[in-house]
Amino acid sequence: MVLKAEPFVVNLGPVHPSTHGVFRLRATLDGEVVVNIEPVIGYLHRGIEKLAEGRTYTQNIPFTDRLDYLASMSNNLAYCLAVEKLAGITVPERGDYLRVIMAELQRLASHLIAVGAFLNDCGAFMTPILYMLREREKILDHFEMVSGQRLTYAYMRIGGVSQDIPEEFLPALGKFVAGMPGYIDEYDGLIKENEIFLARTKGVGILPKDLAINISASGPVLRASGVKWDIRKADPYSVYDRFEFDIPTGTAGDCYDRYRVRVEEMRQSVRILQQAMAQIPKGKVRTEIPLTFRPPVGEAYGHVEAPKGELGFYLVSDGSIAPYRFHCRAPSLINLTALRDMMIGWKVADAIIIFGSIDICMGEVDR
Amino acid sequence: MTVALSGKEIAARLAKQFPGSIIEATGNTILVKADSLPEVAAFLKNAPDLSFDYLVSLTAVDYWDYFEVVYRLTSIPRNHSLVLKVRCQGRANLHLPSVTGLWRGADFQEREVYDLFGIAFDGHPNMKRIFMWEGFQGHPLRRDYL
Repeated sequence: MVLKAEPFVVNLGPVHPSTHGVFRLRATLDGEVVVNIEPVIGYLHRGIEKLAEGRTYTQNIPFTDRLDYLASMSNNLAYCLAVEKLAGITVPERGDYLRVIMAELQRLASHLIAVGAFLNDCGAFMTPILYMLREREKILDHFEMVSGQRLTYAYMRIGGVSQDIPEEFLPALGKFVAGMPGYIDEYDGLIKENEIFLARTKGVGILPKDLAINISASGPVLRASGVKWDIRKADPYSVYDRFEFDIPTGTAGDCYDRYRVRVEEMRQSVRILQQAMAQIPKGKVRTEIPLTFRPPVGEAYGHVEAPKGELGFYLVSDGSIAPYRFHCRAPSLINLTALRDMMIGWKVADAIIIFGSIDICMGEVDR
Repeated sequence: MTVALSGKEIAARLAKQFPGSIIEATGNTILVKADSLPEVAAFLKNAPDLSFDYLVSLTAVDYWDYFEVVYRLTSIPRNHSLVLKVRCQGRANLHLPSVTGLWRGADFQEREVYDLFGIAFDGHPNMKRIFMWEGFQGHPLRRDYL
């Protein structure tokens, strides 16, 4: 007797632990195998781009915190760089260094969550992420020290940062930076050569190099596919041209490579932090500009290498106190474009891992 | 450092190749006729010394009389950039050719522009709303949507 089977549709999400927010995956399955998927997004769409058109350039800074809320500092930085380009504002050197320190700490914090949540998806339930949250907590303590906040900092200002760091910040950071490589080794000891982890991630969800470029992937997703492209090197902003660091890349473009690239990037961030702490000059942290100002008519695009990829803000000014157009190039949204190519043919359990390996933040996808 | 290519130089080349395709060129930007978009975009992607293989972002701006769609292009091997713009006159029944055939990265971004500005991209494999729900009326990022 031949069993008659036909594909059926399963909804993953929008509320599901593996969807990292409110993401819905409409998957067509043949038995256990994924034959088609359709990402359904928009559950967290708050219309930030529209709201920003009615507020001054300075008032928009807290909005950017709420895009990728796991990397608020990077969002602040990208937006401030775009406004500074638009209005021709310069930043004092100490302000630039503080921005780099915050952005790299933020990359560590975001990658810790990315890797921890990814391992959760792989079935290493809650043990690895607990170690990683331990270090993330320490980073959040540093952010609390400078801004009073633990998630949405709004620390950066147009022309610099809101205030200088307190006296105890640099010694505390020195202690953290000295300990961090040891913690990364600790995670590697737990996971790197774990047989189950390798079996679940090696060769799974491959994104070939050409496709990665064609779908405009960025960040660790692009680099894991073997493309050496990092905005910090390709188009240096702030004071990134003063630091020595490498761009880790993968070869296979599979889930394992995306994991490895993130872990190696954490080591590079530690290197940058060490150099920035040694070089940081004394002086002003912000160029004084009025809270409300009118940039000249024109447009500007400012971009940074955020933890999740190229984060850019495209601003159009009509000479008034608010942006005429405020567009955010969100890496999370664009990295999702290849999800279908990566998932088809894999089992449902692998699909969860593939999704986790991209590391998205719904606040940024939906805006 | 990413080199911002001169719009004027690229425009001069394009004008020779595709007469009448360029409306104006300023700074790092070229403004292209909507009909010429597919051939100009293909040329920019395939010419060996330009090789714009990476579409950084695609978005639109509402200027009341017309909509401007902005394509931000970068070449990863050559590390240079160019901004391509296309205008769409009027406010109803707007259409532009899709570039998803050249850069699949345009997929979600063209859907976003369709959803929030109401510009449909012909040739897109799945032209429907992305953030707002099916049956939603209007296009929220237009200036007259309050």
